[in-house]
Amino acid sequence: MEKQNLILAFESSCDETSVAVVADGHKILSNVIATQINSHKRFGGVVPEVASRHHIEQITICIADALAEAQVGYDDLDAVAVTYGPGLVGALLVGVSAAKTVAYAHHLPLIPVNHMAGHIYAARFVKPFEFPLMALLVSGGHTELVYMQADGQFEIIGETRDDAAGEAYDKIGRVLGVPYPAGKVIDEMAHQGQDTFKFPRAMIDEANFDFSFSGLKSAFINTVHHADQIGETLDKNDLAASFQASVVDVLTAKTMRVLEQYPVKQLVLAGGVAANHGLRERLQAELPVKFPNTELILAPLKLCGDNGAMIGAAGYIQYQQQKFGDATLNADPSLEFDWMPNMVH
Amino acid sequence: MKLLAIDTSNRPVSVAVLADTKILATTTTTVGRNSSVTLLPLIEQAIAQAGLTADDIDRVVVADGPGSYTGLRIGVTTAKTFAYTLNKELVGVSSLAVLAANVTIEDQLVAPLFDARRDNLFTGLYRMHAGQPVPVIADQHIGAAEWAQQLKAYQAPIVFVGTAVDQYQAGLQATLQANFVRALPQQDLPQAAVLGLLGRNMTPVKQLHAFVPHYLRLTQAESEWLAKHPKEDHAPYVEKI
Repeated sequence: MEKQNLILAFESSCDETSVAVVADGHKILSNVIATQINSHKRFGGVVPEVASRHHIEQITICIADALAEAQVGYDDLDAVAVTYGPGLVGALLVGVSAAKTVAYAHHLPLIPVNHMAGHIYAARFVKPFEFPLMALLVSGGHTELVYMQADGQFEIIGETRDDAAGEAYDKIGRVLGVPYPAGKVIDEMAHQGQDTFKFPRAMIDEANFDFSFSGLKSAFINTVHHADQIGETLDKNDLAASFQASVVDVLTAKTMRVLEQYPVKQLVLAGGVAANHGLRERLQAELPVKFPNTELILAPLKLCGDNGAMIGAAGYIQYQQQKFGDATLNADPSLEFDWMPNMVH
Repeated sequence: MKLLAIDTSNRPVSVAVLADTKILATTTTTVGRNSSVTLLPLIEQAIAQAGLTADDIDRVVVADGPGSYTGLRIGVTTAKTFAYTLNKELVGVSSLAVLAANVTIEDQLVAPLFDARRDNLFTGLYRMHAGQPVPVIADQHIGAAEWAQQLKAYQAPIVFVGTAVDQYQAGLQATLQANFVRALPQQDLPQAAVLGLLGRNMTPVKQLHAFVPHYLRLTQAESEWLAKHPKEDHAPYVEKI
């Protein structure tokens, strides 16, 4: 049997500390995730300094557990991969400092990974990628369409001009009294309700591939406040269903439009909001009808949130391409993919 | 015993490698853009200059606070991970004690200062004894004026050390008069070699995973939450999923 390439992968960009061992970029030997959700629930959202403090409490425990669960030692490893952005700078620095130190101490190459590339490569655990490929990336910090001509090549075709979709979920969650993080509960409520409010579908008919969710958020909040003022009680499930219908309509319509102009072999849905059942079901229903030759790969539910395994999968591509970092690696909180050349946005 | 000493608790970054009491290599810089970029290359250089490899180090000594939260986390994460991953000893030393130890006059009272912004300090009071800074008043976060009043009660000369002293000198001098003594400028920077010597005889931490910086302050979000929920137990804050 040929030797496997093992990568120890670190992720600490927001409120999860995670270390994973990934073999050949597509087999998870371990994926240890310490989530801080219960801490940040106190504040209704992630507090960066609190997140950074939790990361440093967890980081070596996660390394120990990841190696133990994978039943490997440092001698078995071929490289160390780490998220260096985008994300919260103080949080990123814990993972970056730890990963650099492990790489130095054990003479291993260091692979700096873009967190968003990691989200896309969470889908690589489902099956091998075929190019060209389009990724719809939807998370708390990002909503973007990314075109890939080959492994490791990422070009933004469209993105949100204001709030990310996940951010909008958290904000209307507060209005509905749903604790942070609100996405999962609103998704469940939406399945119990009907789209009775017909909120706006921002930019749905515009020729570009960009998104906007702040208008939807405002329309939602205004509707609830107006009802409060006149003493009317609105059905929360219908509110959630109406909100989600608008988000899913816009994401789906824009994705279908981009696929008309850029035919691809596969469409990947990834990012924290990729766990949304409404969105998954809609793409599963619409894509085969409109683009029977494009295969849909949904990032596995367990790998939609932040985790080290996805960083190991993206890092493996860079390992093969010898794209390494060194001891000077810093966190880059506003790291982004480049736009597709000549894309008007 | 080979020691690696690391101090990134404020803007200066200081790294040293020692063999027992012998300093093999030491570097202190104040010009780095940030310690995330500077620290590991300095560690690599110092260990290489000392003719050693990472695995030759027996003990890591780190300045563990107070100081800049981000600076502390870079230093402590690096030190903790180094010690954990190579199965070495780890020792934490007060960042303020490291600075105080630059003043070597026997029996002298020393007050190291870090600026904590808005007229607040991270500081403590030490008395030098046989080259060791012995705590007299514990490290704390305190208003500059209140600190001056506390120190006045000692009615003895106190040496103030640290790059932050200049900015607070007028107020301190007004309260302490002739008992305010300014350290020499070359004593104002933390020296990892001094840190290494302080950490050499200390007991290593037993619970390495639990080792975190001494921030000496709760985050604002946490203090506000605690004020509103004095009796609520919200733990565990972090859960493995």
